[in-house]
Formats: sequence, C-alpha cells, structure tokens
Amino acid sequence: MAEATAAYKVIGTRPIRPDGADKVTGRAVYGGDMRLTGMLHGKVLRSPHAHARIKSINTAKAEALPGVKAVITVKDFPIAEDRMANLGEMAVNVKLLSNNVMAADKALYKGHPVAAVAATSAHIAEEALGLIEVEYEVLPPALHVLDAMKETAPLLHESMTTTELGQKTEKHSNIASHLRFVLGDPAQGFRDADIVIEREFETATVHQGYIEPHNATALWNEDGHLYIWTSTQGAFVVQRQAAEILGLPVSQVSVTPCEIGGGFGGKISVYLEPVAAVLSRKAGRPVKIIMSRIEEFEATGPTPASHIKVKMGAKKDGSIVAAEASLMYEAGAFPGSPVGAGCMCIFSPYAIPNMQVDGYDVVVNKPKTAAYRAPGATNAAFASETVVDELAEKLGLDPLEIRRINGAKEGDRRVDGPTFPRIGYMETVHAALEHEHYATPLNGPNRGRGVASGFWFNVGFQSSVVINVNADGTVALVEGSTDIGGTRASIAMQAAETLGIPYEDVRPTVVGTDGIGFTDVTGGSRTTFATGYAAHEASLDVLRQMKERLARRWDGEMEKEFEGQAEREMARITPDDVTYTNGVFKCAKDAGKTMTFKEIAAQMARMGGPITGRATSQPRGVGGAFATHIVDVEVDPDTGKVTILRYTAIQDVGRAIHPSYAEGQVQGGVVQGIGWALNEEFVYNDNGNMVNSSFLDYRMPTTLDLPMIDTVLVEVPNPGHPYGVRGVGEVPIVPPVAAVANAIYKATGKRMTQAPMSPGYVLSKLLE
Amino acid sequence: MPKVHVQTRINGEDIDFLCESRQSLLEVLRDDLGLTGTKEGCSNGNCGACSVLLDGVLVDSCLVLAVETAGKEVATIEGLASPSKLHPLQQKFLEHAALQCGICTPGFIMAAKALLVKNPTPTEHEVRYWLAGNLCRCTGYDKIVRAVLDAATVMEKA
Amino acid sequence: MQAFDYVAAQTVDEAVSLLAAKGAQARVLAGGTDLIVQLREGRRRLDLVVDVKKIPEVSTLSYDSNNGLQLGAAVPCYKIYGDATIARAYPGLMDAFTLVGGTQIQGRASVGGNLCNSSPAADTTPTLIAHRATCVIAGPTGRREIPVEQFCTGPGRNVLGNGEFLVALRFPAPPQNFGAHYLRFIPRNEMDIAVVGVGSSVVLGADRATVTAARISLGAVAPTPLLVDEAAEALIGKPISDQTIAQAAAAAQAAARPISDMRGTIEQRRHLTGVLTRRTLQGAIARARGERVNHA
Repeated sequence: MAEATAAYKVIGTRPIRPDGADKVTGRAVYGGDMRLTGMLHGKVLRSPHAHARIKSINTAKAEALPGVKAVITVKDFPIAEDRMANLGEMAVNVKLLSNNVMAADKALYKGHPVAAVAATSAHIAEEALGLIEVEYEVLPPALHVLDAMKETAPLLHESMTTTELGQKTEKHSNIASHLRFVLGDPAQGFRDADIVIEREFETATVHQGYIEPHNATALWNEDGHLYIWTSTQGAFVVQRQAAEILGLPVSQVSVTPCEIGGGFGGKISVYLEPVAAVLSRKAGRPVKIIMSRIEEFEATGPTPASHIKVKMGAKKDGSIVAAEASLMYEAGAFPGSPVGAGCMCIFSPYAIPNMQVDGYDVVVNKPKTAAYRAPGATNAAFASETVVDELAEKLGLDPLEIRRINGAKEGDRRVDGPTFPRIGYMETVHAALEHEHYATPLNGPNRGRGVASGFWFNVGFQSSVVINVNADGTVALVEGSTDIGGTRASIAMQAAETLGIPYEDVRPTVVGTDGIGFTDVTGGSRTTFATGYAAHEASLDVLRQMKERLARRWDGEMEKEFEGQAEREMARITPDDVTYTNGVFKCAKDAGKTMTFKEIAAQMARMGGPITGRATSQPRGVGGAFATHIVDVEVDPDTGKVTILRYTAIQDVGRAIHPSYAEGQVQGGVVQGIGWALNEEFVYNDNGNMVNSSFLDYRMPTTLDLPMIDTVLVEVPNPGHPYGVRGVGEVPIVPPVAAVANAIYKATGKRMTQAPMSPGYVLSKLLE
Repeated sequence: MPKVHVQTRINGEDIDFLCESRQSLLEVLRDDLGLTGTKEGCSNGNCGACSVLLDGVLVDSCLVLAVETAGKEVATIEGLASPSKLHPLQQKFLEHAALQCGICTPGFIMAAKALLVKNPTPTEHEVRYWLAGNLCRCTGYDKIVRAVLDAATVMEKA
Repeated sequence: MQAFDYVAAQTVDEAVSLLAAKGAQARVLAGGTDLIVQLREGRRRLDLVVDVKKIPEVSTLSYDSNNGLQLGAAVPCYKIYGDATIARAYPGLMDAFTLVGGTQIQGRASVGGNLCNSSPAADTTPTLIAHRATCVIAGPTGRREIPVEQFCTGPGRNVLGNGEFLVALRFPAPPQNFGAHYLRFIPRNEMDIAVVGVGSSVVLGADRATVTAARISLGAVAPTPLLVDEAAEALIGKPISDQTIAQAAAAAQAAARPISDMRGTIEQRRHLTGVLTRRTLQGAIARARGERVNHA
C-alpha cells in the first residue's frame, strides 16, 4: 500500500497550521478561557492527609457565605457501581473512577477531593472552602512501592485482593496484580550465557507538566441535558466517563473540546468535569473550575515511581541470550499503573530468545497515576538500556554495535507474544552509527557520550471523519481529534493528498460529541495515523461519489445510437471508467470527457445534491515505533551538575506527513526525558505530603538548560497505513533517561541506578 | 471591601475597570476585561505564560496587582498584530512550527518582543538566557529559539 | 486570597504611619514577587498592603565614585544592572541581581524586597554582606542604620520593628584593588532557589598579591546568611595562594550549619560551600586585579 519512493504533492511539505493565527494572537479559546452567561466559579476542597477515613463533613457555614450558590460532597453523586465500563478501547472501573473524582469513605492521597463549592467569584469559592468542616481519622500511609508491597503495610483498599497471573486470589494486599510474560527458557538461557549482569533501579514519580492546568465548564440544564466544555485529549472519552459517573445515558451528555494546552496522556481521565456538572445541577447555573498548579501536582495523574530489577545474559560474540526483569510500579491510590506496557516494551528493541518479565501493580497513598507519553516504558528503558550498555562495555563492544547485533526485525517475537511486522529499529541503529554526531570525537575532561534505544507499540483505535465539499471546490473536513500538536494540519494534508487538491483548500474543524462519530483520544501516537486514515478514506468516499455522478452524467450524455442492449451495455460508462489524476476526472472510454474537481463542486446541486464523504477507521496495521538516541554530557566534578552538550534523536516515523510537527514531537519528548533524567521528581515527606508542588521546585528544563535538539526522521513506511505513517509522539521520551545515564557513566565512571540523576545524587556517587 | 477604580492604558487604549485589591492583573485581564490571550500556568511566577509588558518592562502579570497598573501602559498579546497582518514574531513562530499546543506561545512572543527591543541582534545564548522564565513543555524550545532568531533578522532588516 | 486594602504611600512618613497603625496586619509591597505569592498561597494574611514604589527615595538609585551607591529598597533588579555605570562599578553585585528568578521576575523584584523577605537562601544577601552594605531603616522613632549582616535574624525574620520599613541600601564606593564575586549552586541554570550561595570580596595590597581585607558570606547554609570571619582571617595579611584559598574554603565549610531539605542535603551543602567559596574567591581576586569575570 505504501510506497517508499512515491513522490507526494502535499505530504512531506511544511505548511502553516490552520489554527495558527488564532494561537499566536491569543484568540484561540482554551478551556480556561470559557465564558458563559451566569457562570459560577468552582473550587475543590481536598484532603490534607495522605490516608484517612472521612468521618463527617459539615458544609453549613460554607453554604451560608454570601456569593456561594452550591456546595457538594459525595452524597450529591450517584452511588458508583463496582463494574467495568467500556470507554472505547479504554476500560475503567466506574466505582474507582468515581471515588477518585470525589472521595467516598476514605481519602487515599493528599489532595483527594472531598467536597466542592460554586460561587460568584473564585475568591469567594476559595473562602468558602475554608468554612467546610471535615472530620478525619488519620491513618498511616503506604508511601513507597517496596514498603507498600510488604505484608505489614497499611492497606488502602480493605476489599482489594491480588490478581495473581490472571487469577483473583484471597490475598489482601496493596499489590493489585502481578502479571508475567515468558518466552523460551530463561533459566537455560542464563546457563548458556558467558556473562550475566544483574542490577536494580529506582525512579521517582514524574508529572506530564503541561503548562495549562485542568479545567472544566459544565451546564446541566433544566431538561436534564449536560453540556461540558473542557480541555481534553478526547471529548468522547470525557462524555463516557461523565455519563458513567453521573448515571446518565451518553445521549444526554454533550462534550465540546476546547483548545488544549498540553496533555501527554494526563488529560484523558476526568477530574473536574463530574464535579462541575454536579455543582451546576445544584446551582442551576454553569460552573467553571480550573485547577491551581498545586492541585495539578497533588491531585491529577503523574506517572509511577518504580523499582525495577533487570538481569541480562550474553555470549562473548555479543548475542543476548537471556533477559529477565521485575517491574514494580506505583499505581497511586487506585490500581491501574502502566506496568503492563512497561513489561511489553522493556526488551522489545532486541531479539532475545529467552525472556521473563514480571510486573507488579501496587497501590500507594499518592495520586492515581495516569498515562504519560509512552506510559511505563521510560522507567523500563532506564533499567534495561543501562544494563545493555554495561554488557557492551564488559564484552568490549561499541554500544551501538551490541544493538546492531541483537536488534529486533520483522518476524521477531516480543515477550508479550506478538511478532513484529515491518519495523524500522535496525534503520535507526544504522543511522546512529553513520551519524556525524557519533563520528565526532568528544574531547575534554568530565565529558561522556551515551546511547540508548526505545520502543513504543502505538495504538490504532477509532476515528471518524466527514468531508463536505464546498461549491468553490474547497472542502470542510470535520474531525474529532483535539489538536495538541498540529494534527489539524497533518490530517488535512492527508485529505488534500488523496483528494488531489491544495492543502489550503482543506479547512479542518475539530468538533465535539454532537458533531462527529466516535473518535478516540488524541494520544497513543494515533492521531496522524488513525484519524489521518479516516480522512484518507473519507476523501476516497468523496472521489467515489464524484465518479458516480460523472459516470451517470457522461453516460446520460451519450448521443450515439446503439443497436441492441448488448452494445449499449458495452458502451455504458460506469464509475470504474472514471479516472482521477491531478485534480482532473477523465473518462476512459471517451477522451473528450473531462471535468475538474472544482467544476464538479460548482455543479453539485445539478448533479445530485451535496457531496459529503465519510469514513470511520479502526486500523489494525499499527506500526510500532523505535528510536535510538545519542547524547553528550559534561559533569561538573565538584558539584555533580550535568550539562547536556549535544543531543541527536533518531526515530523511525514511517512517513513524516508534516516534518516540522514530526520533529517537534521528537524534540518535545526528548526534552521531557531530559527533565526526567536530570531533575524532575515528586518529593514527599513522611506524612505523604508532596513538598515540591510548584514549578519552582519541580524542575522542568528551561531554554537555558538545553542545546538545540537534532532529529533524524528515518522513514520505513508502515505497510498498515496508506501513507506509511507510524505513530511518532511517544517513543521519543523512552530513551533519554538511559542515554543520559550512560553518558554520565562515560564521563564519571559511575553507573547511575536512580532517576533523577540530580546533582545531589551524582555528587554522592562521585564522593563515594 | 469596596472595589477600586483603576484607570490604565491597555494596548494603546484607555481602559478603566473596577477590581478588588487582591485581584492580579492576570485575573482582571482574563476574567473582567475579556483579554484571555494572556494565559495562566502556575500563578506564582515560575512559567511565564502570563507575560505582559508593563511600561515596556517584561513582567509576569500574575505577580502584579491590577491596582498597580493605574496610570501605566500594559501591552498584551492582543495588541501585537496589525489589522490583517501578523507581527514578524508571530509569523516566524508559525513558519518554524514553534508552537504545538500553543498555551505558552503568547507569553513567549511577548517575552521575545521585549528582548528584541532591548537587543535587536541577540545570540542564541542571549535568547535562551532571556527566555529562561518561559516554560514550554511541548517543543523542547529548539524551534522557539530558531523562530526568535529568524524574527530578529527580519525585523533588523526592516 | 484574603481580601486586603491597598494604599500607594507617597512619602516615607505616610508609609511609616500606615504600617505602625496596622502592625503585623500590614506589609510593604515593592516588586510583589514574594509577597503576592505568599498571599495567594495563604502563607500570609494581611489587612493592608502598603505600596512604597511611589516614594522617590525608595524607588531611585544614585551612584558616584566617592559616595558609592545609594539604592532605593524598591528599585527593581533590571534597573540596577541596566545602569551601565553602576554595573561597571559593582560587578559582584550584578552577579546576584541578574540571577534572581528570570527576566520577568527581575522586571519587578527588588534587592530590598529580597532582603526583607529574609529567606536564608536569598540570592542578594551574601553579596550585600560582601560589599559592606548598610540598611537605611525608617520607623516611628525616626531613622536608623545597621550593617546588612545584622539585618536577618532567622528564616523569614529580621530586625524591622513595628512600623519600620527598609528605605534604602547604601554601598561604599569600592576601594582601590577591590573585587567581589557571587555564585550560587542550583540544579538548573536559572529560576531555582540557591542550594548554596556564596558572596566573597577582597581588597588587595598595592602589589595585588596580598589580601588586606576580605569578606566571605554564605547563603542557604544557616538560618540566616552568615559572615564568616574565620574564612577572611585565613586570607588577610597573607600572599594569595591556592593554599590560603583552600583554608578559607575550609573555614567557610566549618562555619556552615546546613540542613537537609528538598533542595539539598547537609553533606551536599557543606561540600558546595567549600567549592563556591573557592570559586568566588578566585573570581573576586581576578576582578581585584582588573580581570574580567563574567556573570554566571
């Protein structure tokens, strides 16, 4: 389907995004910018304790404060059912999701919502929070994954028992589940190995760090219809979560996605929408809630802290013959960490015949974790890619060489079962080996170069697209994928390419649940892939309809006399006889008959009425993504501070529809990974309170902390997509932590087994 | 507490409003004056999303009380483009794909504007140093720095 | 944020009487980069905010090579380092004033406000101490002046009494062969609170090879910024050498009383104290010798 050498008119160019002017002028409406007549401002009261029983809540004084229009607690929510709900491809437990949105009988993390207020100003709402009286019975918290796994740990959920290798047990524990993947015979593999390396690693809780806080505006009107405006990665997913939590049929919930200021996986689960909705119903007015930055850190969905053990064995010739890993991930207050995804990705860049990977999903008294860009994979790669680096060193091999020897190819099997289709990992290794960065010597004391690879499987899921042809030959493309990073452009470009019209003639609009068919989240590296796929198919539908009309007209125009039905049929012009190239339809049976796309558009009303193309997609041919990164660092031996000198990120993107936005995804993921590597972590005190809940002390990289980030977009087209697209957005965050660790090793001779590798930690290793 | 009457100038227009002393300039711009182009990211001066110019000086509007703007000139993102024409910084941000989600963009553009008034031909280091108070989580800054340097060249020629 | 009244005082006397009347329920507003955050987060609750930026003495700065620098307490950082003459005369002060927060913060934040916030980790205080700054304080009983090293009395606490506020800081003109340097350690390259900060100054003899006076001040390693006499004594009267500098650094380390918190551990801070003392002394000596040392 996808041709590696095809020349495209639109794909591969770098046009300006359609929402560009609105975004650079500040006109674009993000969720926080929403204004509705009579709108109230909401604020949430949150538990100050990491673990506590909620004995009573008295809201009388808050309700009496002038300006307060509604105060709610869990009593104002329907009783949540303990069952799984299908939200498309995401499945959630309704009771747990609801409990996270508003605590029931227990507060399970500092910041857990226990009540909420709607008032005429945000300041009054905040004052009202101070008047709500809550009686807590404080309980000891379980705060670290290893401590929470112990028999003696305080239990978060009294009724929770461990699901052990797929079977529910009677064992009450904070370990929600233990899963295992096995391939081959690891024990034998290790016996066959000439060298075995076994290491343990710790990573800290890390946040997506989107600059726009969560927001939600809700209007539950007198008809019982609920309208929600929110900055979200998926309007439909919000719709379904809200419907489940509030006990409404989906048809009674309309979600309009506003522009969104970053998500990275953190704006998929709902936090504020049901709260704003219940406040709106009680107050009889629209209610808007915006989180503060402190609330973002304490009460949204960071990615797990983890403890990971990795053991790998190789032969002298460099082939890795056995690998084992044990991944223990903090799920936060409710089960559901991405430990499974971490297990699926950890050894996936390599063809290893014998593997066992164990994953543990462990609850702790911290906010429930959510997806963060290739969730679970960065933690895992930190561990495995460091061990691969050590294997290479001990075998006397260049670190890229050991990857070349063992790199995964089409047909190799992942530890979780699937075999790889056509993939581009080896191409990234070769590109790294041949890159000028790798060939340039790194001179100077205290400097080191590190490499690391990574894998993310990407997803397909569902998308819907409608294309309406305008009378002037332009088209309106309607889709439901919120545009976080330029996907309006990349989707419009695919439609323009298929339709054979200029990019500027495609006007994309992102609409909500009332305006388009079901569309899954903008996430999972799926948007350019799956919504683009649907746009391509919808474009084909437009062309199909145009061909049908042309065939009908051209057939009807034939003036020739026929002798008999058979000759008539032979001469009949069918849609198959209509070809389309470069904007022009031609009749294969009559060279004199042609019409342009614009001409048909102008005559739609006389040729059968409006033309609307439509398609839905649920593509199965998802291409996994691989990356190999090279980083040069310098370490100040007196302070432990690490400076990134140079970074090159090489990634197989299948086909870069809009290269600037593909590069941007890579650069953004790399820098998040650098922050994860160097400084980002949630710091908790012994009571389970996060002490660094601001951008001052949760240290994300600034412009001054980085060089330019060079990207190499390798294109091994994905056969599962008409234009060869592979998901781009997530795998860039997978290698950086390991790459930086390997570089620090080269610079200092010390192996890093803890992330972040902040100056204090590096200094302590240097002073050992 | 009675509200305060403030008279100020915003984007070259005389504007007056009523506000509480505790309201920041950011709040008044967004909630009372409908100028939502200036964004809120952290409300404690650590992300720069709320950057505006106050008498030509780059500041975080979350750390300025609205009452302090009496008699001063405020410049926000809404005042940058000319009718039907983007400012070179805005244009270059688009050409270089220097925005992905766009929430930090107004803050970055106002900060870059202040830089180029003070230093029309900055080096890459000077750009990075000046913009260290603006956080972006999407782009990794590479394309932002390139856009600012390119805009500087264009504006210098003009 | 709790509701409060706002008054822009026009004179020192007006500010004093407003502050005296309200006591702990009122506070001075200069740049607001500390105060507004504290109010928003509920760490301070006030009835009244007294804006002093309209008082000329508090908002202006002046320098001449005989009398030195008179710096109004509310002058924002960007105005100070933006004055080419002052920047040239006091590079050791500019080291710190260009570091406070980022560009936006420097557009509002003042040195006086940084001092009055009295954080042990304040970036400007060590270098103010190294430069022998004097605090000019106005209050109900009139004016008084104290050396800046006596100003802070504990984390967030200082000598200002009821109704008193800091009007200005005075810096002597730098003597011949004077050099100063401030460095701090932070995990990133900007925006962070100092893990450790050190401000050092030296006066060299005519031969520029001996130290005749020195001041070494440490930030973020004790409840208040410290002036370490023992570190100065390791240098004074002796020819400059790596050894005397190392001794000064060791004395600074010994004087440090750091705690472990989310920004650093005791061991790390003690180690960094030695490193930064050494580096700032090297920078101060270089500047005293007329060499150029860039801001960090």
